[in-house]
Amino acid sequence: MKVGVVTFPGSLDDGDARRAVTLAGGEAVALWHADADLRGVDAVVLPGGFSYGDYLRCGAIARFAPVMTEVVRAAEGGMPVLGICNGFQVLCESHLLPGALVRNDHQKFVCKDQRLRVEQTGTAWTSSFTAGQEITVPLKNGEGGFVADTATLDRLEGEGRVVFRYLDGNPNGSLRDIAGISNDRGNVVGLMPHPEHAVEELFGPGLDGLGLFTSVLSAGLEAIA
Amino acid sequence: MGRVVIDVMPKPEILDPQGKAVVGALPRLGFDLFTSVRQGKRFELEVAGDVTPEVLEQARKAAETLLSNPVIEDVVSVREATGDTAGAQA
Repeated sequence: MKVGVVTFPGSLDDGDARRAVTLAGGEAVALWHADADLRGVDAVVLPGGFSYGDYLRCGAIARFAPVMTEVVRAAEGGMPVLGICNGFQVLCESHLLPGALVRNDHQKFVCKDQRLRVEQTGTAWTSSFTAGQEITVPLKNGEGGFVADTATLDRLEGEGRVVFRYLDGNPNGSLRDIAGISNDRGNVVGLMPHPEHAVEELFGPGLDGLGLFTSVLSAGLEAIA
Repeated sequence: MGRVVIDVMPKPEILDPQGKAVVGALPRLGFDLFTSVRQGKRFELEVAGDVTPEVLEQARKAAETLLSNPVIEDVVSVREATGDTAGAQA
């Protein structure tokens, strides 16, 4: 199964995301932001970094990159899409996910190993986890506060679209401790912490992040079978 | 040459950490009369000719689609610059 990883100017976790795909057993395909071409991939990862256009708002101009037209079209057709950190911001700016990410409430950049609870295993990116499983992955962001109006938050909770929630303290002021959400079909997931940094022994806090990448591979296999 | 000014502010219910940082710093400099600060953005868009209704309409659309995110921000005003523009060039 081919999983594409988009490189924007300022992406810095694209190599890690490709490595995570490979370690999970998939075929990683490098995608370039300026190409309106998904090169036949079965899923897409928008990695973390600092996309161009962050001067305006995080992800605001990356959203208009040629590759994003194809990503939005494919996502609406059911293709699994994962946005990590800056990728999550790009998904919100693209309206593939509701809400927005704003500057951390304490105004500081935060970098730490973060405990999370997996709230939803019915998505393309979380089927390898068990409901309620607690995992630890690195978190590093300056604008990681998830916000949305109350009606949207209630809908996300009611429809089971809160996928990850922060444990042991809220690192950035995200409303209702939300660390990650999905669209209504569950094929598009965005999260602020970085699972691609927890996929190898001796690097990062453990292997808890690998589950996202193995999930999408098994989702792909089911689709083929 | 015409100029359109667009002001965008964070929605009132959205926490504005930048404004909060500024209001915290003001008293340290002796400015003790201010209880709250909200920090927004100002955009200046230039056109080759006059600011026509069509120019303003396009600026409004740009303000709503790119220059602001309606989830977290309000477009406060879209108007023709009237000479009070700090960044004005001769």
